[in-house]
Amino acid sequence: MAVCIAVIAKENYPLYIRSVPTQNELKFHYTVHTSLDVVEEKISAVGKSLGDQRELYLGLLYPTEDYKVYGYVTNSKVKFVIVVDSSNTSLRDNEIRSMFRKLHNSFTDVMCNPFHNPGDTIQSKAFDGIVSAMMVQTG
Amino acid sequence: MEKRDGIQRGEASLLDLRSYLFSRQCTLLIFLQRPWEVTQRALDLLHNCVQELRLLEVSVLEGALDCWVFLSCLEVLHRIEGCCDQAQLASNCSHTVGLWAYATDKLKSLGELCGLVSEKGPTSEDLNRTVDLLAGLGDERPETVSSLQSPYKKLKEALSSVEAFERHYLELSHAAMEMYTAIGRLRSARLVGKSLAEFYMRKGDPERAETLLQEALKSYVSEGWSLPVTHTRKQIAECQKLLGRTEDYLQTSALLAGDVNLTTEERKHFCQELLTFAAKSGAPKVTLSMGVFAQLTRLQFHPATASVHSGAVLQVELTLRCLMPVSVHIQQVAASIHFDVDHGGTHGRSKSTQRHRNPATVEFIQANLSAGPPSSSAAGPSLEMDEIQDRSPSDNSLNSTGVVCKNTHLLMRRHDSSSPPDTPNCFSPPAVAMKEGAQMLKVQDVTLEPGNNSITFTAPSGQPGTYTLRQLCAIVGQVQLVLPHIYPSVQYEVYSQEPQLTVEPLSEPLLAGLPQMVKFTLLTGHYAVKKGDALQLSNTDTMPILPSTSCTARITDPTAESVSESVLFIQSSEKVTSISLPPTPPYHTLEFQLEVLCIIPSGTDRPANERLTNGEIRHRPRSYSHPDTPMTAIDQRMSIDCPWSIYSTLLALTFYIPFKTKHSLLSAGNRKYIQVCVHNVSDVNFTLAEMRLSEKPLASLELQSLNAKTQQLLCSKHSVFCLWEVRWKDDLPSCLQCVFSANFSPLKQDVSSFKPFHYQFQFERVTTLYSVRAEILPPAGEQHCRSGFLCGLEVCITRLTEPAEGELAEESKTDTDGPKTTKLMYEVADSSSNWAVCGKSSGMVSMPITANATHKVQIEVMPLFAGHLPFPKIQVLKYLPHTAAVAIQPDPDSCVENDSLSLLDKTLDDQADTASIRSRGSVHSVGSGDQQQKGVAMPRLEPFSPGQVFNHSHARQVLVLPSTDDHIMEVNAT
Repeated sequence: MAVCIAVIAKENYPLYIRSVPTQNELKFHYTVHTSLDVVEEKISAVGKSLGDQRELYLGLLYPTEDYKVYGYVTNSKVKFVIVVDSSNTSLRDNEIRSMFRKLHNSFTDVMCNPFHNPGDTIQSKAFDGIVSAMMVQTG
Repeated sequence: MEKRDGIQRGEASLLDLRSYLFSRQCTLLIFLQRPWEVTQRALDLLHNCVQELRLLEVSVLEGALDCWVFLSCLEVLHRIEGCCDQAQLASNCSHTVGLWAYATDKLKSLGELCGLVSEKGPTSEDLNRTVDLLAGLGDERPETVSSLQSPYKKLKEALSSVEAFERHYLELSHAAMEMYTAIGRLRSARLVGKSLAEFYMRKGDPERAETLLQEALKSYVSEGWSLPVTHTRKQIAECQKLLGRTEDYLQTSALLAGDVNLTTEERKHFCQELLTFAAKSGAPKVTLSMGVFAQLTRLQFHPATASVHSGAVLQVELTLRCLMPVSVHIQQVAASIHFDVDHGGTHGRSKSTQRHRNPATVEFIQANLSAGPPSSSAAGPSLEMDEIQDRSPSDNSLNSTGVVCKNTHLLMRRHDSSSPPDTPNCFSPPAVAMKEGAQMLKVQDVTLEPGNNSITFTAPSGQPGTYTLRQLCAIVGQVQLVLPHIYPSVQYEVYSQEPQLTVEPLSEPLLAGLPQMVKFTLLTGHYAVKKGDALQLSNTDTMPILPSTSCTARITDPTAESVSESVLFIQSSEKVTSISLPPTPPYHTLEFQLEVLCIIPSGTDRPANERLTNGEIRHRPRSYSHPDTPMTAIDQRMSIDCPWSIYSTLLALTFYIPFKTKHSLLSAGNRKYIQVCVHNVSDVNFTLAEMRLSEKPLASLELQSLNAKTQQLLCSKHSVFCLWEVRWKDDLPSCLQCVFSANFSPLKQDVSSFKPFHYQFQFERVTTLYSVRAEILPPAGEQHCRSGFLCGLEVCITRLTEPAEGELAEESKTDTDGPKTTKLMYEVADSSSNWAVCGKSSGMVSMPITANATHKVQIEVMPLFAGHLPFPKIQVLKYLPHTAAVAIQPDPDSCVENDSLSLLDKTLDDQADTASIRSRGSVHSVGSGDQQQKGVAMPRLEPFSPGQVFNHSHARQVLVLPSTDDHIMEVNAT
């Protein structure tokens, strides 16, 4: 379903990034990095009007010919980016939302790990598992 | 419109239908003044169409789809431009930029397809493809034929020639980049820039490409995206190689060689590039930052204190983590040292606290250069604070104190320059200059394996001072790798120490009067004790050194491991005790123990100043009370001549007297007793034996001991009382000088260890002059006193002795004729308020100075309570009238005298009056010396010495009955 899932720290460095291994990893890195532009744009646009009541889900960041990039920002400004293949037309907005929610929950679990140092890259099997499940789900 | 017809006829294709619907939407939206929605819809539509065509597997000519997308993008943009003015467009480019970028992308892929991007120009195959595409475009729409800048014309032009393509492509790219930059989407702008750079590279223009790539790289590095960093850096390396920028290229190569994102082959390739250059002879030397090549992770000192005495061996172990994929041979590794001469005195001990500040192991935390979170560098280096104290050089007093930031150079630079210090691609080579002439740690021919390597230096330790490691430099052929700052700073210290002799008690506290062990510790410092060197101790009478048969000295080396033991030879002569020391190497510790005895000073007599052997005036031990202990302390000075110095070393030991002695004179009528109380204030239990009391100058008295035991146990914090009766034959001298002596030893030790203890004291005016008898007489007709009823107090003062010479002289001024009299003042006071003194409580008595002269005084007192009441206290005082010399003085004070005299003459009917006399006396006794003289001239009262007045009725009691029987007792039962 998803072809690339990334978690990006507040300071905009990647905490976790994984893509479907068959495709060009570098290209996804560029795509996710570029998407931060739109994420920032959206945060600053929404942040002013609604304050802390903003929705975490940012929706479609931008479409490219082949992919759709969705964004999600936690309250601590950690960004989740999911890249979905455009050919997968069956995917609903709701499903994307639930993916983000799952990702957020798993991320929270990782942060709750007392042995995890906030700011370090994520190296968690549980988190890996969740991400893998999302990427495989429909293929 | 023909599409509409086609739809009506049912002949339209899916694409036709879509584009028809889109064009209608566009028209409507533009009509509704919402042109920005058009761009969004256009982008969606194009993406969808492309996807759908792909899904439906519609076979089209390669590139045809790109052409269609390109044209559609430009058409939409064109249409919007047509209905908005320039300002509106500029402010809303966030909506249009997507289309621009999409168009740019498509044009680029078309260019690649048709061979327009390559350096050589299109091949014939490419030309064929171009012709096919152009033919596929068909004719231009009639609506746009007239306009010069129609998208159709643009595409046609771009595809027809290399130059035109370049022009159009650059135009589009720059437009997209500018728009992205304008709306703050810098990352997107850089991505477009990067693809532009790729285009330049293809065209063989690395210079332009590099600037674009550098900009992109900077943003990737600052945000810590390792994969894009690696990729971009690889492109940059290619640029730099083409441009012939050797230094930059080598730096980038080194970075890439250490990049874990690359395959081993690629890393080896870049590493080889570096090594090949290094091996080239004759090439100019190149200086690179060491950080890209290897990281200093740890620095360790052996010995771990990082502080050695001059001449000793100090080793520094560096741990370098080599980032190269293969092992690298390094000709030389050198660390430059900054040397600070120690100005603070080199007196060993004082520096020991400072010495511990140098940590033995310094760990260097590295911000990962190429990859990973840049969190540590983004937050900036943490402040490192240190305390500074400015002490005055003369007396070491504190002038000022403060806090300094040790790493300002790191913090400040961060703000000053745009590039962070750790940026691996600061292309201006780090301003590195190895200081010439500075001291260096050097190691030749080291092979660094990938991973951690340890290199050991032997540090110079010639001159005493502080050595700071500043820079690290590794030389590989023509390449010099330099670490410009070793941070946190690493220091080691070389010190030189003067020999030091200390004497301290083996056990605290040292007790005077008993043999005590003291420990001598000699830190040899830089001095080597030779055979025959000896310590000369000047002997003192108050603290002899006890000879002992076997005395061993222990020599330990600086690591506190015992080296050897040897016997000391101690020779004592009359003046000097000489201790021959065993040979001891420098910076070792020599310890031995001696037994000394501090003699308890017995009394007040002090011999005249003696001179010690070395001509110094002997310091008399001074006793004083110490705040920490109830024991009296004595400081004993020792003067020691040491072989390494021409000056004597003065050392002080503090001894404590274990006893406190008090004496008192007790009287019973004419009989006299002397009591001595020995209080043990130490923590040791003693046996006291052979307590003796002797009278000093003229043993005319007989002192009869009333002490039953010859030996007495004296426990810690307890007292022993001894009593003697004084008997005399002729006359009791008015002054008694006595010496109390006893032997003592710690409990459970044999008789031989008894040490003498002396205590001198003196009594003056011992003789009993007056006896005072008081009698309480019940009221007339009563057998007992009753509370609340007046009864009489009869005080009878009797002179017991004939006048002594001194006494006569004292009183001679009072009366010149008649029988000599002396004036006494009595006072009845009851402190416990058992009695109310009615009438006068005090008065003057004139006593003839003859034996058995008696004076009786009647005073009325009233008991306030019933029961056995102690007698009221009766005090007899000497009354000294004013001297004649003062009386004639026309002094304003004289009226006061007269006042007080008249007061005295008056019947003193209440206590307040006497109080006033005394208060006046006290007023005059204070103040300046002049006033004091007048105070002496005033009539005043002087108490008798203890024993001069014997009170027979002291502590007597009298039975007092309750006044009546009508006492009401209230009992409440509830």
